[in-house]
Amino acid sequence: MRRNVLGTWSGFVLIMVWCLLPVAFIVSLSFKSADETTAGSPQFFPNEWTIQNYKDILDNPDFTRALLNSAGIALTATVLSVVLATLAAYAIARLEFRGKRAVLSLALAIAMFPVVSLVGPLFDMWRTFGLFNTWPGLVVPYMSFTLPLSIWTLSAFFREIPWEMEQAAQVDGATAWQAFRKVIVPLAAPGVFTAAILTFFFAWNEFVLAISLTSTTASRTVPAQMSYFVGADPFNPPYSQLATASVVVTVPVVIIVLLFQRKIVAGLTSGAVKG
Amino acid sequence: MSATAREEVRKTAPKTGQRSGPATERGAAEERLGRRLVLPAVAIMLLVTAWPMLRALYLSLFRYRLTTPDDRSFVFLGNYGTILSDPLFWRDTWNTVLIMVVTVGVELVVGFAFAMVMHRIIFARGLMRTSILIPYGIITVVSAFAWQFTFSINNGYINSWFDWLPFIDPDTNWFGDHWHAMTAIMVSEIWKTTPFMSLLLLAGLSQVSEDMLEAAKVDGATWWQRLWKVILPNMRAAIMVAVLFRALDAFRIFDNIFVMTRGAQNTESSSFLTYRQVIEQMQLGMGSALSVLLFLTVLLLAYLIVKAFKVDLAQARGEV
Repeated sequence: MRRNVLGTWSGFVLIMVWCLLPVAFIVSLSFKSADETTAGSPQFFPNEWTIQNYKDILDNPDFTRALLNSAGIALTATVLSVVLATLAAYAIARLEFRGKRAVLSLALAIAMFPVVSLVGPLFDMWRTFGLFNTWPGLVVPYMSFTLPLSIWTLSAFFREIPWEMEQAAQVDGATAWQAFRKVIVPLAAPGVFTAAILTFFFAWNEFVLAISLTSTTASRTVPAQMSYFVGADPFNPPYSQLATASVVVTVPVVIIVLLFQRKIVAGLTSGAVKG
Repeated sequence: MSATAREEVRKTAPKTGQRSGPATERGAAEERLGRRLVLPAVAIMLLVTAWPMLRALYLSLFRYRLTTPDDRSFVFLGNYGTILSDPLFWRDTWNTVLIMVVTVGVELVVGFAFAMVMHRIIFARGLMRTSILIPYGIITVVSAFAWQFTFSINNGYINSWFDWLPFIDPDTNWFGDHWHAMTAIMVSEIWKTTPFMSLLLLAGLSQVSEDMLEAAKVDGATWWQRLWKVILPNMRAAIMVAVLFRALDAFRIFDNIFVMTRGAQNTESSSFLTYRQVIEQMQLGMGSALSVLLFLTVLLLAYLIVKAFKVDLAQARGEV
């Protein structure tokens, strides 16, 4: 028994180191001065802590513009995708209609789709439609790639809702709308919210389409902008500034994780595994 | 609520999970409503996948370079012939397969160990769950930078912390040769996605019945026997889903390679090759042919994995 406890403890420590060490390193790097990283500083912590990098990166109009693009595109895609997914998942969980299985299979097929396969044709199509290098040009593909996960997660979630309660409320004298709003909406909201978080993560993270379908800061998102962020000397990338930019884009994700970890885990696993 | 009212509810409540006869008017209305509700989602999904894919199929039959659009000529399967006889294509495919097999293999073992720890742990569960989600939530480009700096000869700590290992010395240039660069890329991929794997496996693990494990223990099964005879077979669906998702995801690896090496030292993947043809060289015909091949490979991979595990996905989920 003692050995077991010891094993679990060391496992715990190992997992924490695994998850947090690289993050701690990039945070530490973001506080090293540019001079220090250019000269080479293999030690973990800065010799001298500085916040100059944060000042520089937030003063960089290209970066702040990319941050705005990322936030706008990710939020728009999230809202639209979750609305459509909720409608579809409600139908799948609650109604009987032919083609239900086909929708689920289509969603599954798209979840496996190699995104880069679509880069060429989408590049061509978006130029024709005038969607190249615009917000909608990224919002539409992001919606489409996050719909499958949302539909699977939500339909698994909706099937657990005791829909009979809605009728029960009506029998007790509520109108149909009241019954839906007071009984079903509060039960469904956590699932919808989970799907929204996962969709947001996808859109915030996406890179292939972001560098292929944009060409200027008008719509370039943070991941794409960062990959162009080489600085004056291509053989000596601005380590500390890239680290700082990394920290800045990671902060929203960490906040979301801290606030909603329970929901995220439920959402990640229910869509895929739960029977 | 009275007993009769409850009875009434049961009668009027739609029978979910059962196939109702389409003959009734109610069934027909439900059918219409159901289709109307899924239509927008299906339309968006098809607009961005099915249609471009068909267009790629069509474009792949032409020699078509965006810089000289008037020069477009029909070559039928010529592009495919060129690709399949090009060693570059096979080298990149081999790289991709290697990355997929190694990363998924390591992730499966480490992820399972993590899942076992998380399953057993009774303290600090929230802290652990939060930490494990951080690599999952961090964008791949950032994780690629983090690992590039970690392995960096000037600013990284790998060389100074691990120089006791036989293949690492203080001047190891991780991006200077093929195997070192591939290792760095795989490490970044494994770091980021193992937590996701372990969460899926944890969900599967929590569905293994404790009674069965207890019974096996009473019958004198060793820990190893219990793992192979009870735990793993009962998690087959969860393992398959995890392997399937991660394998297909690893196969389209792109971000890490783009950031860490830009394909230098022969570290290019299939996705990178496709991207380079289409976006950098504007070879829409050749790039489309590569897209089609990539799509077919992923389809074949998915088919093989599902067949190998002999699990019906819809059934595993209680759908049908």
